[in-house]
Amino acid sequence: MSRAEYYQRDRRLHPAALTPDYKTSVARSPRYSMISLQQSASEITGPTFGHTDLGELDNDLIRNYAKEGDPVGERIIVHGRVLDENARPVPNTLVEIWQANASGRYRHRKDTYLGALDPNFGGCGRTISDDQGRYSFRTIKPGAYPWRNWVNNWRPAHIHVSVFGHAFCQRLITQLYFEGDPLIPICPIVATIPDADAIEQLTAKLDLNATIPLDTIAYKFDIVLRGRRSTYFENRPEGN
Amino acid sequence: MAQKLDYLRESASQTAGPYVHIGLAPGAAGFDIYDQELGWDIAGPNAKGERIRVEGLVIDGMGSPVKDVLIEVWQANADGHYAHPEGGGEVEDGFRGWGRVITDFETGDWGFDTVKPGAVMGRGGRMMAPHLNLWIVSRGINIGLNTRMYFDDEEAANAKDPVINLIEWEQRRATLIAKRTTRDGTPVYRFDIRLQGDDETVFFDL
Repeated sequence: MSRAEYYQRDRRLHPAALTPDYKTSVARSPRYSMISLQQSASEITGPTFGHTDLGELDNDLIRNYAKEGDPVGERIIVHGRVLDENARPVPNTLVEIWQANASGRYRHRKDTYLGALDPNFGGCGRTISDDQGRYSFRTIKPGAYPWRNWVNNWRPAHIHVSVFGHAFCQRLITQLYFEGDPLIPICPIVATIPDADAIEQLTAKLDLNATIPLDTIAYKFDIVLRGRRSTYFENRPEGN
Repeated sequence: MAQKLDYLRESASQTAGPYVHIGLAPGAAGFDIYDQELGWDIAGPNAKGERIRVEGLVIDGMGSPVKDVLIEVWQANADGHYAHPEGGGEVEDGFRGWGRVITDFETGDWGFDTVKPGAVMGRGGRMMAPHLNLWIVSRGINIGLNTRMYFDDEEAANAKDPVINLIEWEQRRATLIAKRTTRDGTPVYRFDIRLQGDDETVFFDL
């Protein structure tokens, strides 16, 4: 018996491997074409995670590294749903995020930017989507920061997002940008995406309805993973 | 005018960037935050089968090791079952089948300890040779690269593997096969991944 596959990934909306304006991609991009696979058990299965894997504060970046007080910066909620291409929720899937602090500085031994570290901010979080595919984080809005590509390149404010879905072929890492950021259209990493609608889809929208008045502002960001075919005609003996 | 279908479109990929460790391996980034980091224990204590170590480098188009890469592995247990409702059968208690490792910041070496997987039932009832499914992300990689690692001491199974045989260029098949040695009594498989150039590793569009 064969099992239903996931829809083919549309490589025209994703970045190509070789995108020379993003210089690091030049030496790190394969030159041969990928070999396309029809999926087997190796691709349609993937790891599962449970609430016992997580700690209570893991989705609260305002509290999960606080030592003496709250971190400095714009207090935000980032929330949304994990959906598939059929617009169905993807429940019980691990969502992990990481980001710079309000100065644009990462808590990483390799980051030497002048922007100050925040003693009360770590910059990573994780959660598991609920039965409707919903997830939420509380954090500080990250700052823009410079990087050595062209000499005056600045990354737009962004949060890195990692999602598993229910199959290894759904595995995805992307970046969340913020509505209205003027750095988005001039960023060589954003511009690796060849499709304007696909860039728009990575832009979180201000969501006043989800803010907590006098406390925390909110952005909404839905994540879409590959969808799966229906199985109406799958249960036939091989060879028919 | 053609009717518009109501499918959504997949979110576009972006590079994991240079600081992927903060989110996915914060200990390596230089700070402790979670009670438990995920991905360091692939097989658990109860897993059947041969305990092995897998090691290698990721090498860029200049021939230099990539020192900021993150690799995830997804594998079956010794019976060829994945830890998933559609994984083909039961797995041992504590067997997750998934792991993640990062490269050494100075040398680019990576490695992980696991058990050797069994053969997995493939499409149309054709058995797939034992293999690890690998997913590679880093700065400069815009969308995660998928590949497979096979074992050089499974020559007969590899010769019949439906995925290896899909690769029309026979000389490229060797890029997917790890070489077995032994160190202090433990089997070690060496698997270098070449992103570009001579002997470029085969990558798959799943």
